[in-house]
Amino acid sequence: MKIRILPSLLIIFFFLIFIIFYKGLKNTNSYTPVTNSKKLIPNFSANLFKNEKMISSNEIFKDDKFYLLNIWSSWCVPCREEHIYLIELGKKKNLDIIGLNYKDKKKNAKKFLLDLNNPYNIIILDKNGTLAIEWGAFGVPETFLIHKKKILKKIVGPLNERSVLEIKKIIK
Amino acid sequence: MNMIKYFFIVFFFINFNFLNAQEKDLKSEITKNLRCLICQGQSVYDSDSEFANSLKIVVDKKLNEGFNEEQIYKYLKEKYGEWILYEPEFKKNTYFLWLLPILIFLIGGIAIFKLFIIKKN
Repeated sequence: MKIRILPSLLIIFFFLIFIIFYKGLKNTNSYTPVTNSKKLIPNFSANLFKNEKMISSNEIFKDDKFYLLNIWSSWCVPCREEHIYLIELGKKKNLDIIGLNYKDKKKNAKKFLLDLNNPYNIIILDKNGTLAIEWGAFGVPETFLIHKKKILKKIVGPLNERSVLEIKKIIK
Repeated sequence: MNMIKYFFIVFFFINFNFLNAQEKDLKSEITKNLRCLICQGQSVYDSDSEFANSLKIVVDKKLNEGFNEEQIYKYLKEKYGEWILYEPEFKKNTYFLWLLPILIFLIGGIAIFKLFIIKKN
């Protein structure tokens, strides 16, 4: 009887491990950070795109309206795709779009805006990518909807029709 | 005499490992424990992606501001969640993970005990 316990325990043990791994097969193996919605925006100061002047986050998000912070770059292909949605959202009166130009060359960024129009009310610079980390972003494009210094929604990757509809619904 | 010569040669080669002083600083230690979120499976230290390079700058900046290792981990955890750290915390849903090796060790111990010691008697 004593010898019987060990093999059966082992079988149960490996069976459990098998179940765990089998279930793990179906999980996605890429991770997107937990959406830190309802969190306060970070405090920062950054250079303006147009004249390199310093501006603080309090000055940017001072009004009682909705803000959309969009991290973009001229070298990022999905940014080109989502640009039409930004222009569409830029027509909304109670929404200011803030651009965060991520690790970009000024010349290329200017050409990008000239080609595709400029939906941004303010553009700030992030030359070494540290500002994007303050926001908890890890790539381009990424978009944050902000109201009263709180992050209401975070969209990783390019905007699409569905996310634009959701944004419109919130800012209504 | 020969022995001493060999000893010095071996000693000399062993010390080569320590010549790369950069390996030992705190910044590399921290970045080695951070997971790169773009190229998952690589640490920030190993990765050369845009995200990892920026994160290295941030870690450097925070160290200069006087943050210690724990504070930097906490800061990044707030931004990106616990996943960014390679070493998982000891909490409710990681009990199993942390205690499994001990459990296996105990089961193995019992097995050895049963097979050899009890049989002997």
